[in-house]
Amino acid sequence: MTKITIEDTRHVAKLARLGLADEQLETLTGELNTIIESIGKIAELDLEGVEPTTHALEVVNVWGEDVPHTSLTAEQALSNAPDPENGLFRVPKMHS
Amino acid sequence: MTDLDLLTLTARDAAGLVASGEVSPAELANSYLDRIAADPDRTNAFLHTDRAATHASVAHAATLSGDDSLTHRGVPLAIKDLLSTKDMPTTCASKILEGFHPVYDATSVELARAAGLVNLGKVNMDEFAMGSSNETSAFGPVRNPWDPTTVPGGSSGGSAAAVAGGFAPWALGSDTGGSIRQPAALCGIVGLKPTYGVVSRYGLIAFASSLDQIGPMTKDVEDCADLLRIIAAPDPRDTTSVGPREPIRLKKRDRLDGVRLGLPKQFMAEGIDPDVKSIIEENLRQAVDLGAAIVDVDLPHAEYALAAYYLIAPAEASSNLARFDGVRYGHRAANVDNLGDMYDRTRAEGFGPEVQRRIMIGTYALSSGYYDAYYGQAQKVRTLIADDFRKVFEHCDLVVGPTSPTTAFGLGERMDDPLAMYASDMCTIPTNLAALPGMSIPSGLSNGMPVGFQIMGPAFSENEMLSVAWALEQSFQFDPVPPRLRAAAGGASA
Repeated sequence: MTKITIEDTRHVAKLARLGLADEQLETLTGELNTIIESIGKIAELDLEGVEPTTHALEVVNVWGEDVPHTSLTAEQALSNAPDPENGLFRVPKMHS
Repeated sequence: MTDLDLLTLTARDAAGLVASGEVSPAELANSYLDRIAADPDRTNAFLHTDRAATHASVAHAATLSGDDSLTHRGVPLAIKDLLSTKDMPTTCASKILEGFHPVYDATSVELARAAGLVNLGKVNMDEFAMGSSNETSAFGPVRNPWDPTTVPGGSSGGSAAAVAGGFAPWALGSDTGGSIRQPAALCGIVGLKPTYGVVSRYGLIAFASSLDQIGPMTKDVEDCADLLRIIAAPDPRDTTSVGPREPIRLKKRDRLDGVRLGLPKQFMAEGIDPDVKSIIEENLRQAVDLGAAIVDVDLPHAEYALAAYYLIAPAEASSNLARFDGVRYGHRAANVDNLGDMYDRTRAEGFGPEVQRRIMIGTYALSSGYYDAYYGQAQKVRTLIADDFRKVFEHCDLVVGPTSPTTAFGLGERMDDPLAMYASDMCTIPTNLAALPGMSIPSGLSNGMPVGFQIMGPAFSENEMLSVAWALEQSFQFDPVPPRLRAAAGGASA
């Protein structure tokens, strides 16, 4: 099994949008190696021909009635917003 | 109400006191709230209580019509803090959701309210339900009422400690890999994870959507059946919910003649504490005395369940938790350079170490070049485990074994060793992967600490499980009140 390097960890943290400091990345690199080495044993199993589980339980499709119903008001949807403005979620600019 | 009353009352005892007029629902709720506020052991089971909101909940219950059907009107309920409640904050024990006020109730909460139950407060848990000891909570660990130097288990540790410690008559928990059953076992109470789909997940803040189920945590089997009956229903707002196949009903039986209990050799093998094992063996002898037959069965792929789970659950979590980005709710990092910087810093500041670790494992397992080797393989192992159970149930009616490989361990003992912590769930994870129901009932003491006996069944066999559990409970004669609390409350030992 290939060893996870700090650069790999940095890449994964970027994908996960976690802005971690170098020392945190270092700790995580060690932990990820230990964990992946333990759970990664299933990568070596020969499972040719086994269907992957895609649904927890086999159930037949259920159709909903196509009737209008009330949904959240804009006010409710914005009630937890860190920075609402004019009925919108305000965010910092894309590029600094 | 005395402390001893609160320690011993089942939910139906409480309902009886309310129905006879001996105590009003407001007095009952106040008694529990006073005990929660006093909390001399620093149990820390509750994250949010609000006397005014609880009294409003009492008032609402009084307005409901349908006198005969509302058998538990006015009985308080502790609610795990990942179930949305519109009258109290919902934080998942995470800083990223500190101060979050849902604008709607989870379906399970809505059903509890419709049955006349009262919101007593929101209980502590591992952050985003990721943990087996309740130590990953951003708001401090929960202590086990049997011994405050030990953990209550997790992730529904607050729910379990609330019930065991006399802070609530019963509680709602959730179970992704054992999070109802393992803390129930460690705290000496009853906990049931229903078949996937029996209880709606609408309003449950998701951890791993294909595994998560909400279920009851109670003092005994009869309360467990009553609370499951209240929350088990199909719900158009959760497209994976189907409800129970037949109405939940406890059939009390004295004997277990003709019942075949399968004992997988994997559940009594390496990794199970010898004392726990000997109590389970004694429990099996008691089952045989009641007429049950013990059948040796094999779950050959169970040894891969832990690995499959710790790939599938983090993978789903990494996707589910992408929504916490500081835009619409929850924590937002201050003084950021731009939008991307806000995402990165909000999530680094808001999530605790275990949640970050799981997001990293999941993101890694799903990333380009590794998907087939890890996530893909794990999903195939999941199929094999479900097949194992299918074959086993051709030879037995239910599967039994220990709930947890050990009794409650010391606070801090496993926090520096994620793999040792993950192994706490080795006996409970297989049923989550196979979408099957499982429950834990207290079955004995090892060095003064509770041991849980696990019962697992085919999909939708909750009624059969409850019936067998009830018979075993009568035989085990477990006293759910921790002796130290009984003594502190001035009660003689039972």
